[in-house]
Amino acid sequence: MSDHLFVGKSIPRTIEADKVTGKAVYIDDLKRPGMLYGKILYSKYAHAKIKSIDTSKAKKLPGVRAVLTGQDIPDVRVGFLKDQTVLKKDVVRQFRDEVAAVAAVTAEIAAEAVDLIEVEYEELPAVFDPFEAMKEDAPLVHEVDPRGRPVKNNILPLPWKFEAGDIEQGRKDSVYITMDNVSTTWVNQCCMGTSGCVAEFDNNNNLTLYNQTNVIFGHIGRITEYFSQIGLRGKKIRVVNAIVGGSFGTKLDTDIYEFISIQLALKTRKPVKILFDREEEFRALPPRQPAIFTIEQGCDKEGRLTFRKCEAILDNGAYTSWGATTPSVMIMPMSSLYRVPNVSYKATCVYTNNIYCQAMRGYGNPQATFAVETSMDTLAEKAGIDPAEFRMINRNRSGDETPMRLKITSCGFEECINSVKEKLKWDEKKGKQKGRGLGMASLIHVAGGARVTKSDGHGMMVKVDEYGHVDVIESGTDQGQGSPTVITQIVAEALGVRPEDVFLTFGDTALALWDAGTHASRHTFMAGNAAVRACAKAKEQILDMAVEYMPKIVKGGFKRKKRKDPNFVEPELDYGLISRPENLDIRDRMIFPKSEPDHPYFKIPVNEILRSGLHVGVGESKVVVAEAFYDPPTEMLDRELKGNLSKTYAFGTTGVEVEVDEQTGEIKILNLVAAHDVGKAMNPTLLLGQIYGAAYTGVGYGLTEEIKVQNGKVMNPGFRDYQMLTAMDVVPIEPVIVEPLDKDGPYGAKGVGEPGLVPTAPAIANAIYDAIGVRIRDLPITPEKILAALKEKG
Amino acid sequence: MKKVSVSFTLNGDPVIAEVPVTWSLLKTLREYFELTGAKEGCGVGECGACTVVVDGDAVNSCLYPVYEIEGKSVITIEGIANEDGTLHPIQTAFLENNGVQCGYCTSGMIMSAKALLDQNPNAAENDIRTGIAGNFCRCTGYVQIVEAIEMAAKMMK
Repeated sequence: MSDHLFVGKSIPRTIEADKVTGKAVYIDDLKRPGMLYGKILYSKYAHAKIKSIDTSKAKKLPGVRAVLTGQDIPDVRVGFLKDQTVLKKDVVRQFRDEVAAVAAVTAEIAAEAVDLIEVEYEELPAVFDPFEAMKEDAPLVHEVDPRGRPVKNNILPLPWKFEAGDIEQGRKDSVYITMDNVSTTWVNQCCMGTSGCVAEFDNNNNLTLYNQTNVIFGHIGRITEYFSQIGLRGKKIRVVNAIVGGSFGTKLDTDIYEFISIQLALKTRKPVKILFDREEEFRALPPRQPAIFTIEQGCDKEGRLTFRKCEAILDNGAYTSWGATTPSVMIMPMSSLYRVPNVSYKATCVYTNNIYCQAMRGYGNPQATFAVETSMDTLAEKAGIDPAEFRMINRNRSGDETPMRLKITSCGFEECINSVKEKLKWDEKKGKQKGRGLGMASLIHVAGGARVTKSDGHGMMVKVDEYGHVDVIESGTDQGQGSPTVITQIVAEALGVRPEDVFLTFGDTALALWDAGTHASRHTFMAGNAAVRACAKAKEQILDMAVEYMPKIVKGGFKRKKRKDPNFVEPELDYGLISRPENLDIRDRMIFPKSEPDHPYFKIPVNEILRSGLHVGVGESKVVVAEAFYDPPTEMLDRELKGNLSKTYAFGTTGVEVEVDEQTGEIKILNLVAAHDVGKAMNPTLLLGQIYGAAYTGVGYGLTEEIKVQNGKVMNPGFRDYQMLTAMDVVPIEPVIVEPLDKDGPYGAKGVGEPGLVPTAPAIANAIYDAIGVRIRDLPITPEKILAALKEKG
Repeated sequence: MKKVSVSFTLNGDPVIAEVPVTWSLLKTLREYFELTGAKEGCGVGECGACTVVVDGDAVNSCLYPVYEIEGKSVITIEGIANEDGTLHPIQTAFLENNGVQCGYCTSGMIMSAKALLDQNPNAAENDIRTGIAGNFCRCTGYVQIVEAIEMAAKMMK
């Protein structure tokens, strides 16, 4: 619809001007009266018994207010599988194990005190390879389960197993079959703002946690559970977000440092801030989950996929956060990226003494898509079909129900593949250049929420004052994605005001209605739908008011004119035009009859109505306030891990042209076309920002980024050695926006936060194969791996 | 702790700070002057979130010993908008062209851009990329930051 005033327009991020003036308050900048600084002591071993901890020297250091060890706080288990405690008392199982913590009047004193803590360890045998860890005689990372029962092996009690159709039948129907072993590694989210929080108790032991989470209510749930076990049952927890300096998945779980800050605040009765330094961010923050896949696919003579079978091994590290649940997201591309009738997928998560993992942009999708899209290329080659054509044959279509029971509604997949082909001159160049090559890969992702908790809802409150100012209580998080602007556009459009009239308050559990979190690319879709609904209700209230006060305002105007000009003759007007709310509309701050939008007398500023109607007198004064709770009709995954968990799905295709130097192994990306089905571009400039940023992170994932973990220890805990891309790494990115308006999306929009990252790495790998005939199956694809593969090829 | 007293110009004003001798310029700006726009993204001069302009050059203030600032002129993100609150063209361009997402790198990014454009008003894309090579950003892929600085260069002419 082209008559939108704000939706679909590239409105600048003026609302976020504080971010360009240094005024925005991040967790780093937040100070509370009397605030102390917390610091954590980590393990010196990957696996060891703690024989003794001597904190006496640390406690004597002037300025130290508290030193805590596992002996000082309740021995309560936390985490997704309740497989760790806040401070480790008896055994450490990884280098990042939290052994003790200090609160002091300055961060420097806290750091000095941590160095004064003496811990005596007795080293235990450790295991760092998931395959070794699965062997019968492997050292056990955990001797007992959370209930104290002895465990037999290092395999997690999370059997991810998905079956649809009949694999054996699929094999019989196949003319071509290929099998690939592919693997992905640890990658740090690299938020520019490091992890941190401030915990503060009031005198009644109610907690305010100043935070930077993207799931404010998730924290409430987890901390409430913790409180119930440490004698604080029934206490109020309020989570208040500072401005978030990047998230990318890191703020999804409640991390151990947050529980530690709570314990330090409880002990000292002061607000306590813990803020990671960059080294800690690399060593002690759970990164992206690595995965090792064996994937087998078959197709018939026409190139139609017959089956897909995949087994994955995930190095879980020593404890369990959201990393171990990435297989639940991997099932989506495994079962539903391209039409494939018979699917078998099994993932085994294995404890090791390595670092443990959690979420990162795309969750498990980039890992699994690397496997699927590697296999798509090898199978296309075996079948003698052009890889783009092969993908086109098997693409998902609108109206499909996938083996996972995902219901595909809007689907711009075909256009995405075609755009990439056209922009890269695929037919002209593919397979015809020496040292240069083309490759593509696609994606499917949730784009209409993701019902991973019982409520996938998003609540929003909208109130309008007598000046026409609109306050929106947003239950989501702005982690940089641009929601302050996009939600403002939606509210302005839906309510009929202007963006500069709209004021958003984000991230305060005491004010906001429930939200499942700003994750899974769900915010624009969910908050947008909630905004449309809340604004419709608020608009109704204003229109009711207009019916009552518009005639009075108009007639009052005539009276005044008559007083000034006795010859003035009141025009005869059809007041029936404004006698019913459904006949009125609001747009661009004006209320008017729908049938005569430019009526000379009945087009009145909305704030004039509000001023007349809100503060009237006893019994007649009103407020305009409306809330909406949008919880789409979707399904949680059932026991078979099937169900339509999102209201709609995003598709996209990335195509890459690379140049590979066979002497040095260096890879240059000459062109990267990122075609995305977004439903509707709510703000094209901001949308491009999501695509550029995600694609860039995807290039890092494909080519340079890797947390090097040696015997459980992070060997490159800083930007110097971790090779994140800089502005000097020029990647020409050409985005293509495909807009098949989604019937369930706000103004047709779907989620797009994560998709750009997902297909980037496999598209690069496929392009490299086209360029030099070697296929690298483990990320990142470094020059060393290229040279080694070329040497092997001979 | 031994303290040092330094006099310098901060965003146009003459100032004196008495701070521990071990403090960096960044810590002095953030804690003594409560100018928290510059950020400590790494603390070891690798990420550029702490960038401020000293005597016309962009520097990593986290590595800059405070005693070295004596007599010099420092400009921070808080000092580049006009007194009436209207934004510097680089700030405007970052908002107009989506050069800011989470915003954590933005103060440093803008200060690097300012030093660059003040020294080279005709900076081309390659100059801009070199100028912000030490400023890391995870959100944007740098594309719209480079475009914003190009836009600002035009606005400043």
